[in-house]
Amino acid sequence: MSVLNPPRSTGTRRPSGPVGAGGHFSAWANRHRKWLFAAPAMIFVGVLIVFPLAWTVYLSLTDSQGSVRAATDFIGLQNYITVLSDTERFWPAVGRTLAFTGVALAFEVVLGMCVALLLWRPFRGEKWVRVAILLPLVATPVAVGMMWRLIFDPNIGFANQLLGMVGIPPQPWLSGQDTALGTTIFMDVWQWTPMVVLILLAGLTSLSDEPDEAARVDGANAFQRFFFITLPLMMPTVIVAILLRGIDALKTFDILYATKGKGGGSFHEVETLNVYAYGLSFDYNQYGLSSAVLILFFMIIIGTMWLLTMRKKAVGK
Amino acid sequence: MKRRSIVKYAAVAAAMSLGLTACSGGGGGSDQAKESGTVRVTLANHVWTEGIKAAIPEFEKSSGLKVELTQLGEDQLSDQYNVKLNAGSDEIDVMMYRPLQEGKAFAKNGYLADLTKNVSSDSGWDWKDYQEGPVKATTVEGKVVGVPIITEREVLYYRKDLLQAAGLQVPKTMEELEAAAKAIKASSPDTAGFVARTGKSTAVTQFSSFLYSFGGDFMDSSGKASVNTDAAKKAYAYYGGLIRNYGPANVSTDMSWPEAMAIFTQGGAAFYTEADSLYKNATDPAKSKVADKVGFAALPAGPAGSKPYNIPSWALGVNQNSSNTDNAWKFIQWATSKERTLAAQKAGVPGPRTSVWSNPEGTSTYPKDLAEAISASAKNGVGHDRPEVVTVGKAREIVGAPIVASITGADAAAAANDAQTAFQTFLDSEKK
Repeated sequence: MSVLNPPRSTGTRRPSGPVGAGGHFSAWANRHRKWLFAAPAMIFVGVLIVFPLAWTVYLSLTDSQGSVRAATDFIGLQNYITVLSDTERFWPAVGRTLAFTGVALAFEVVLGMCVALLLWRPFRGEKWVRVAILLPLVATPVAVGMMWRLIFDPNIGFANQLLGMVGIPPQPWLSGQDTALGTTIFMDVWQWTPMVVLILLAGLTSLSDEPDEAARVDGANAFQRFFFITLPLMMPTVIVAILLRGIDALKTFDILYATKGKGGGSFHEVETLNVYAYGLSFDYNQYGLSSAVLILFFMIIIGTMWLLTMRKKAVGK
Repeated sequence: MKRRSIVKYAAVAAAMSLGLTACSGGGGGSDQAKESGTVRVTLANHVWTEGIKAAIPEFEKSSGLKVELTQLGEDQLSDQYNVKLNAGSDEIDVMMYRPLQEGKAFAKNGYLADLTKNVSSDSGWDWKDYQEGPVKATTVEGKVVGVPIITEREVLYYRKDLLQAAGLQVPKTMEELEAAAKAIKASSPDTAGFVARTGKSTAVTQFSSFLYSFGGDFMDSSGKASVNTDAAKKAYAYYGGLIRNYGPANVSTDMSWPEAMAIFTQGGAAFYTEADSLYKNATDPAKSKVADKVGFAALPAGPAGSKPYNIPSWALGVNQNSSNTDNAWKFIQWATSKERTLAAQKAGVPGPRTSVWSNPEGTSTYPKDLAEAISASAKNGVGHDRPEVVTVGKAREIVGAPIVASITGADAAAAANDAQTAFQTFLDSEKK
């Protein structure tokens, strides 16, 4: 904020002369320039973030259902009590959300690091490989979901046909109660690993070569150099990648909805918090409950981010 | 990183995760001048829509109005209404909606304009020509809130060639259907004896005909839940058993009609029960590998006879907040006229008008056996295919649970008992 606060003197060094309406305005604007420049951003934050958030908090304290314009009663924390004591849908959804995020993230970071290391040193055809790796990233998640849904169709899908060619019996993939979540994690990994690669590659290319060379002179082998030199130096970048991708993975909705539909499948097998809240809003029209779920979800996101940011701070020291 | 960045991320995350409810808060619409010359029509992707879309220039020419058409998939349409109507938007004039799915909720929330006067004002257009069931479904608390456009009954789709090869007759009862499905699955293991919808919520409508034919219903005459009666338990066990024992090899529990229809039209199944309004998917050579081998029959009879649903699946309504209601009604009046209904019906959309059904031309394009099956079903059909409640989505999930339990080989009777308790609790909560 201090950058925006100009030295007082600049405002007084204006040419003297008749002061019209425009002059008044510019003097006023000069005095308030730190607010004036920040105004568009503040309006944006107010309209698109603070208002919806406040409105959602308000809804979560009412019994709003059917229509948001219908008369509602203020019921305090009742929705939160209902949601937090719901072991049938809410807690399993929390578990799935965390499992989905944790597993997808682990795969994406490890795979991303491997690919980034491969792409780190220049090689022939590097450009083509980079373009190819980026392709999944540019596709719309809904389209990606639809595509994999076709590929994994238990009867006419390509995946089972391919397995059949090598003599493996067909797998249930998305249709199995136990395999559906794993399959959607695979789809997420397929689509988002490239993003992690990009971030890590940027980190790798900004590393100085000297520590690595020194270690090489000292006779360290490739594994030692990676685990004791490159990885520790890369930690801040890795945590940024985890932070960005983690928030995204927590919020995943499109892939799950496009492949399994409302409720995350007949047994809610891929129902994460987002899918659950969506169903509460758009299928059950229970806006109060849905808002309570979203607020709790919001708190989970904030908590996770806080933990990661603390970690990054510790690593950065 | 500093505290400010946490706040920043928090703010962004909030915007993203709370976007859902945010949508319902915003929206709104501009203050339109009274009766604009543009009628904004929102329709579902449906064969009826295809026909009307092609004819719209005709309407524009005769009425001098302009039609702005938005076309969406079923789920997107439903979500769109939830957001826009909740926000009191006037951006929609005419809306295609599902009377049995959303009708009660929309009418209760005051989203649908009262059309009672409009329907009775024009004797040439003739509201009395409409079948009783469809009229009932679009009338809420004595007010007409929609005009039905499509009716549906569940019929049996079957493969003539497979039946002939196996020396089987077209099944007339549920026992015969099971025996035939078993025989075909046994003689050619690659072909399923029977296929139908399997998704917990999506299967409910097609399961309903089985439930009625076994003598059950979702609720009894006093409005209490009745999904664990003996009849209901038998129906659940039968429907799930058919799919589990004689269905496709890798059956999923997520199939709606596009997936089930794909299996049938790819030649993967001998029998398929589905809405008659989807028949073109099976008989159109561009969409079906077995187009010339498909036969139709009335739903086989269960212990209580053959009782398929006979319902209006879609209707046209007017948005209560529209400032263009007169012109919206003009559009509906044209789109549902006798001529247009006849044209739609000839293109494969079973309509709700008695005069069109009694006109030989109305069924001239239908396969003969399908027309017979429809006419039989219309006589003994039941007027609903899902629980008649306000929050249909939730009710479908509850009463659909025993279907998937039965398909996966779990204890269907126990699942029906659980569903009974949950459904009664749900019904009680709706009464509050």
